[in-house]
Amino acid sequence: MTSPSDAPETPEPGANGASQAGGYYGRGIPYLPIGGYPGKLIAIEGTDGVGRSTQIQLLREWLEVKGYGVIETGWTRSPLMQPTIELAKSSNTLNKLTFVLLYATDFADRLEKEIIPALKAGFVVLSDRYIFSALARAGVRGVDRQWLRNLYGFAIAPHMVFYLNIDVKTLIGRVLESRGMDFWESGMDLKHGDDIYDSFRTYQNKLLKEYASMADEFHFRVVDARRTVDRIQDELRRQVGAFLEPVEKAPEPVLSAKV
Amino acid sequence: MLNNLTQPHEYPGKLFVVEGIDGSGKTTQLGLLAKWLSAEGHRVFVTEWNSSALVKAATKTGKKKNALTPMTFSLLHATDFADRLLYKIIPPLKAGMIVLADRYAYTAFARDATRGVDRQWVRELYSFAVRPDVALYFRVPIDVSVDRLMARRIKLKFYEAGMDLGWSTSPLESFKMFQGRVLDEYDHLVDEFGMQVVDAKGSITAQQRTVRALIAQHAQISQIDIAAGEITNDESV
Repeated sequence: MTSPSDAPETPEPGANGASQAGGYYGRGIPYLPIGGYPGKLIAIEGTDGVGRSTQIQLLREWLEVKGYGVIETGWTRSPLMQPTIELAKSSNTLNKLTFVLLYATDFADRLEKEIIPALKAGFVVLSDRYIFSALARAGVRGVDRQWLRNLYGFAIAPHMVFYLNIDVKTLIGRVLESRGMDFWESGMDLKHGDDIYDSFRTYQNKLLKEYASMADEFHFRVVDARRTVDRIQDELRRQVGAFLEPVEKAPEPVLSAKV
Repeated sequence: MLNNLTQPHEYPGKLFVVEGIDGSGKTTQLGLLAKWLSAEGHRVFVTEWNSSALVKAATKTGKKKNALTPMTFSLLHATDFADRLLYKIIPPLKAGMIVLADRYAYTAFARDATRGVDRQWVRELYSFAVRPDVALYFRVPIDVSVDRLMARRIKLKFYEAGMDLGWSTSPLESFKMFQGRVLDEYDHLVDEFGMQVVDAKGSITAQQRTVRALIAQHAQISQIDIAAGEITNDESV
């Protein structure tokens, strides 16, 4: 073995929690062996309107003040795919499979061009949503769960996954107070009815169940998101700090440690 | 996990696909096959690899800037395929029509693996595909395909020549190396998926004769369809 990669000899069949943080979930990308990178990948997950972006902004500030290099990445933000996804959403030409595949393409683009290079260079990568949102949305739409996990077998298992947990009632209040209900976030494509309020409630309920069902499998750190912004942020900082500090203080890595 | 690509479909229609590298002559053969089937009275629908409007913009942008990685290349083609499968391939099959596909999932298996994408991952990715009733593979030596492309003065495209892999700066050299490896992948697929091999070195007419014989025998389409047509006429009109 000449490579420092920790890639398992017999790859996992797909994305699941059995993988090492920082390694591929499943079969991975054979031409891009990873492992032993100095950077850390931290995902903030949670449903629409739960307050992820606010928390990421605050966390970034704090990390940068502490001297960490931070890079943010978000779902559907790749230059390659964003126009296509926007177009497809607005023209209603997506079916559930193409929906999943467009997002997976977007993720692959960001993974190879942003996330992996940043991890290599020692950044803390804050991901606003990760594959779990995609798995939850597709799961609600009836896409085969094992197929989805195989598909995302090329994703990297984050070092930490924070799941901002909320109940539908609190969520509805928060969303209506801020920006209102959106077609996709209400799952209107699932045609539960014409009433956006009812549809939002039904859809988000299902989504929350999907997220909850993944919590153990993917080692979510569940954060109660019904609390104030500051309280949530305190908890995130405490956990992230505890995780990063030992790394920060560690002396030169021992070269002989790896076989 | 259910793998549709390895199980026969239950639609009343028939799905025939042609596979082969660029310059194998598969598109020509598919065109002639379509002519024949239509003349026989069948309703035929033809669909081409990477032709859906949905991903056209992204593919174009990516190709123009040479910005596609093997993974995004693979996933974009799978997206295109999913779009066409659900809107263009399955409806005619349900309606009892004949669907002819110019390239199918096997193209992805051969090309993506050559680009370094995990073989098993690509197969699982396409496990939602419908298994063709017949998959014809037009096997041709690399030199013959190059001669054909050159004779038609076709400019070798960046990705078709595998130039994204950086194996050679000469498009022709790169094409030969890349498509040579693609040919090796196809050879494995023949057994794995039970493809029918057509010797694509022969004359167009000779190949077409083979193709028609294979299609007629595998699908028994003419007999079935004519019979069905007669029954309908007798009973309803």
